[in-house]
Amino acid sequence: MKKNLQRLDLIFKNEHDTEAILRKTLDRSHDEVINDLISSGLKGRGGAGFPTGLKWKLAAEAQAEQKYVICNADEGEPGTFKDREILSSVPHKVLTGMAVCANIIGSTKGFIYLRSEYKFLKPQLLSVIDEFHKLLEVLNINFKVDIFMGSGAYICGEESALFESMEGKRGEPRNKPPFPTDFGYMGEPTVINNVETLAHTYSILKYGADKFKDLGIQDSRGSKVFSVSGDTPNPGIYELEFGMSLQKFVDDFGDGDSKAVQVGGASGFCVPRKKFVKTVIGYQGKLRGTSLPTGGSMMIFNSSRSMYNVLHNYLDFFVEESCGQCTPCRVGTQQLLLGIQAVKKGEQPSSYLDKLLVLAEAMRVTSKCGLGQSVANSFSSIVENFKEEMIY
Amino acid sequence: MTEVKLLVKGLADQHGRTMESLLPILQGIVHQQQHISEDAMVEVARELDISAAQVYGTATFYSFLHTKPLGKYVIRVCKTITCMMHGKNQVIQELETVLKVKLGETTHDGKFTLLETNCLGQCHKGPAMLINDEPYTELTPEKVRSIIMKYKQQEISAN
Repeated sequence: MKKNLQRLDLIFKNEHDTEAILRKTLDRSHDEVINDLISSGLKGRGGAGFPTGLKWKLAAEAQAEQKYVICNADEGEPGTFKDREILSSVPHKVLTGMAVCANIIGSTKGFIYLRSEYKFLKPQLLSVIDEFHKLLEVLNINFKVDIFMGSGAYICGEESALFESMEGKRGEPRNKPPFPTDFGYMGEPTVINNVETLAHTYSILKYGADKFKDLGIQDSRGSKVFSVSGDTPNPGIYELEFGMSLQKFVDDFGDGDSKAVQVGGASGFCVPRKKFVKTVIGYQGKLRGTSLPTGGSMMIFNSSRSMYNVLHNYLDFFVEESCGQCTPCRVGTQQLLLGIQAVKKGEQPSSYLDKLLVLAEAMRVTSKCGLGQSVANSFSSIVENFKEEMIY
Repeated sequence: MTEVKLLVKGLADQHGRTMESLLPILQGIVHQQQHISEDAMVEVARELDISAAQVYGTATFYSFLHTKPLGKYVIRVCKTITCMMHGKNQVIQELETVLKVKLGETTHDGKFTLLETNCLGQCHKGPAMLINDEPYTELTPEKVRSIIMKYKQQEISAN
């Protein structure tokens, strides 16, 4: 099915129906709201893509005295800045989503985990939360939201590392299972959603699941907010329908000389020019072979850029941000960096790159969390597609 | 009571004395003193009744918590890819010239520390930097010079 995918303005639309949405939602049964979310096809917008309705359902079914709703605003992926914009221009939509979630799962306590790089947003956000609390009081909803500040650690965007961090510990990811809906913050059932995901629930609750489902293609429903940067005449934040081909994206945003697009940030995939046409931006990458999920980071590189420098920069990033807990990631990131440097300097033959690719695959299989597992995404896609640039 | 004791006690009164208060307390110390000294860590451990090693473990994990003294204004220049592509190195060079320090150092008067940091989430407006909590974007060498001058001016008029 061919569809004409378009730019949208849903998330950032200036609308204030929090009270109406909350009143309407309170009147409906919890199952009804959850089924709405499930049928909308909304998946986590942080990049992992877990169905949001299912997450809420699991937390609702969990038995516990205390449950938590957490908004993950630890947006640290290189090239991503959409959550900052959402929190500064439509924070009430995020809070509405949190309150509805709390009502459904039976929670009275919520947190926004805000990365320290965005601390300048805190005063404004606090005043919006104050107003929101007053409204909840009027509606007789027992739910309070606090801001918890991060302290500069990319890994804390990983949900279980985020809980550890809130509990005063080093931000080291936990083993899974158990998953957050059973054992989250303080060991209690917790729903943790990305900022954008929560903002989308506002639209779904207001306009209905069908309207949302009409957008996008196949397994990738709705719209997505993209952070566009790099070699582009129009850097910025754009809401686009899901399922766009990368070629169309580059036609719209490139500078006419785009040689590669990094989809999904340093932990995502690098797509070279020759694969633009058959690459689609959306979930279910493994099944369809050519579609790429993303948290929304789209970095465009033109032909003046050295892909060696790009990869070097990513690896520098991972070496610093690896929490150091598991060996494959701690040692692997460092060895990949030393490895490409050695090949570049001629201290190792070009065939050494193949060994590094094997190491990256080993990291994908053996690392404890998504950080170590996804280093291979950018590493392999850059090394395989731009091998000459790694050597000469 | 020493200054650090008073500070930590005040923060513990404000945030509580459970493990969930540890990060907010450490952030509070950094806000006041720019870094967390060993004395402060021991004091936090005593207030929260946990081991100093545990405090040290948390304090040394996060890149915005420092255990070595920093200047009053901490400059963090984003070094991630798009900021690098758009001239981060020239910005750093200019800062080094204006402040007369190398990357990682603090000025002699203890006012400015120059650091690099990972992605600040301002990629569409790179190069970007933070001075304490305040973001500055679309930097050029001329622009950073005038920003630093503004801070220096502010310091002079404050004295």
